[in-house]
This record gives sequence, C-alpha cells and structure tokens, in this order.
Amino acid sequence: MKFARVPVQPASMPEESDMIKVSVIDYGMGNMRSVSRALEHCGAKVEITSEPSAILGADRVVLPGVGAFVAGMSALKHRELDEVVRKVAGAGTPLLGICLGMQMLMEESEEFGLTLGLGLIQGRVVEIPASTPAGQLLKRPHIGWNELLLPSHGKTWEGSLLEDTPVGDAMYFVHSFMADPTLPEDRLADCLYGGIPIAATIKHDNVMGCQFHPEKSGASGLEILRAFLRRP
Amino acid sequence: MRNTRLIARLDVKGPNLIKGVHLEGLRVIGLPNEYAHSYYLQGADELIYIDCVASLYGRNNLDDIVLKAAQDVFIPMTVGGGVRSIEDVTHLLRCGADKVAVNTAAVRNPQLISDISRRFGSQCMVLSIEAKRVGLGRWEAFTDNGREETGLDVIDWVKRGVDLGAGEILLTSVDQEGTRKGFDLDLIKAVTNEVSVPVIASGGMGTTKHLVDAVHLGGADAVAMADILHFRRSTIGEIRQGACAAGVHARRVRHD
Repeated sequence: MKFARVPVQPASMPEESDMIKVSVIDYGMGNMRSVSRALEHCGAKVEITSEPSAILGADRVVLPGVGAFVAGMSALKHRELDEVVRKVAGAGTPLLGICLGMQMLMEESEEFGLTLGLGLIQGRVVEIPASTPAGQLLKRPHIGWNELLLPSHGKTWEGSLLEDTPVGDAMYFVHSFMADPTLPEDRLADCLYGGIPIAATIKHDNVMGCQFHPEKSGASGLEILRAFLRRP
Repeated sequence: MRNTRLIARLDVKGPNLIKGVHLEGLRVIGLPNEYAHSYYLQGADELIYIDCVASLYGRNNLDDIVLKAAQDVFIPMTVGGGVRSIEDVTHLLRCGADKVAVNTAAVRNPQLISDISRRFGSQCMVLSIEAKRVGLGRWEAFTDNGREETGLDVIDWVKRGVDLGAGEILLTSVDQEGTRKGFDLDLIKAVTNEVSVPVIASGGMGTTKHLVDAVHLGGADAVAMADILHFRRSTIGEIRQGACAAGVHARRVRHD
C-alpha cells in the first residue's frame, strides 16, 4: 500500500510574490507607521507612498489620517492624490479610509465651514452633538473603546470587512466629527455615544471606511485588517 | 456607559523597566518591551511609558523603546517624561506614540499645553500630575518623581490645565505610589468633580478592589497599574474579569 504524498507544509511567511500588496497613502498627515506595521503583521506587503503609479498598482489601498478635514483635503490635493484616490475607487480596488481618511471619503464636511471631500460615499461629515437626546453634555472628542453594533437597517456583516467581528466587539475611537451617510445601507456598523448612533464602519461597493483605528484596537482591529486583505 | 480603560504603566530608566515606592528607591524589573508586549497580549487597553529620569537630563530617551514597541503592540501608547517642545511631541508621535504626557515642562511653561493641544488635538495632550497630600483635602503638584515642589495646588492646576487644552489627566498620588494600599480616593474624587476630561488614576493599586473603588467611588475614567502586573501578582485578564464581576464596565477582549 502506498501512502499519498503529504504536501510540504507552507512556510509561515508566504512567498513575497504571493503577498497582498498594500499602498498606505502618505500625504504628510499623521502616523503611517502604526497602520503599516499592523497590516504587515496581518501578512501584507506594505508600501507607504505618495507615488501615483505605486498606489494605482496596489492590490489594496489605505487612506489613513489624523487631524482636521480641511488640512487633510488640502494636503491630498496639493500632492494631486485626490484624483489618484478617485481612480483607485473607480478601478474597483478595495480602498479603506481610517479615521480622517474615512471622513474624507464623504462628499463634504462641516468642520471649519463647508469643505468638499472626495465624494466617494454620499453624505456629509458633521460634528458630534454637544449633548445627548436627554440633554446631558457629551465629552468631545469621543475617545476610547466603544462597541460595534448593527445599524438600524439590520443588515448583517456577512461577507464584509466585519465578517469575523462579533457584534459588540470594542474598537478604539478618537474623533470629534462623524460621517453621516445619505444611504442607510452604506452604514455597515454603528457605535453608540451618549445614545447617539455614530457611523463606525461605512461601505459602498469597494470603498470602505472605519471611524475607529483598527491598527490600535488590539486583536479585534487586526481581525478587520485581515478581512480587508482577504475580501476580493 | 463608557468603558473604563485598564492601562499598564511602565516607568523606564535608561534601558530598564523600574518600579519604586513613592516614585523613589527605584528597582530594576526587566526590559520594558518584554513586559509591554505581554500586557498587550493580556488585553491592556493602553500603555503608558514614563521616562522617570528624563527631566533630570533634559531629554526623553524613550523614542527607541517606543519605536520597537510599535512593531508589535497594537493599542494606544502614551509617552511622557522630558517632553518639552512641539518638536519633542512630533518626534515621539512619529515613533508610534499616540499621546504625550507632560508634567515639568507644563509647570514651567503652561503655554506648552495650549501649543500641543492646538497643533495635535487635545486628545494628544495628557497633563501628568504628581500629587502629594499637604493637608485635609489639599494636594500640591510636584515634579521630578515627587522631589521638586511647584507651589501649585493640584485642583487649581488641573482646572487651569484643562482650560489651556489638556485632553486628559494622568493623576499620580506620590503618597500611595508603590504601596499597594489603594488609590488616594479623595484626590481622585476632588479632581473628577472639577473637570470634564478623562482622569487616569495612578499610584497604589494592589488589588482589583482598589480599581473598582477608584471607578465607583472616585469617578476615575481609567486606571493605571504597574506593581501588580510587574511582579506578576495578577494579570490584566484576571483584573478585567474581577472588575467586570464587580460592576465596572470594561470592554470584552479578544485575543489574536
């Protein structure tokens, strides 16, 4: 009797050519190192870059960002990266905006007057209300760990960025403004802050955004990055 | 209901993680990043690194340690000790820090609080206060590990710091620090009653009950712990479980 040949176990690190290539867009705003390290930890080959050809050639694109909307948009425009991001979205490449990067995916923001965004997801960025519906003052920025919940439309997270995330898993948030998508189905997950629903994860076709920082949300955040690398 | 944050605090001198009593008599524990990584795996919500001799030498030596920690620690990190300028903050954030804690330089130049807050956002500016009890319901702010007096009343200083733009208060009781006898609850209460920004209680945690008291009786938003973890008397997982069982709201942690 002959034994079937046992396939050689794959090495823990995949061949470089098999690795998913991710471009983390460098437009001079905030800490790119944390997110690129987290993606590498999840098995991606990461390049922090502002080079249009590199960004357009990547398998996945991440738009990070911390700070003010106006500063973020003008930094993108200054490097002519706003058009590059729109091309990425148009080409169907999975695109993930994080924190300010997610907010810039929207059409416009009310931060320091009205500023145009990338317009990849319909809706506006508005300030977190100063008080709860019951009239209690709300601390801003919203800082800390908060739980992801299904939005009121009740669509599940199956087949999405959150497919491995249990409802109620907590993520790390730091922000004073929030996205308000026009289409309810573009809200993938909400969190509640003082009883107010905040869009925590948004998605329209291949364009996705996380208001929280998956790269700072421990094992729960890494799970989301892995899903981003895995989903077609 | 907000999630109470369980924070591991790492006081560092040179290349070593150290621990003292009343911030003095420092004893070497080991390599900071070995401990940091294990606290991350145990489910810490945040890490705080303090270079406890930085003010003496006028510079922060944590950049290299933070840079290495950021390789495999995926939770927010606050770094303090010897942070004196916008350039210092920029550098530490580039190394992977998310917030900076400022004590001595803020006492000398309170305008620095506003400068950091305006440039990087108030969430980035943690005002670190070393408080010593000087009478009934009165505390004075100290610098340099509780050695140098400032003449500042802690409550007045906290209020001023928040007005200037501090987004968070790291409140260390020098009297309780390293004693394992519990937090100075009166101090925590006095501060949380006065300001609306989050307050991190630090100094004295010996048991999970102390954490529960700091939150329920003191109103702390977060708790920093060192001794109880460094000497492996408990893990963050055990503390979290105990705190939740006692009614403290804290996040459920998943493991990688």
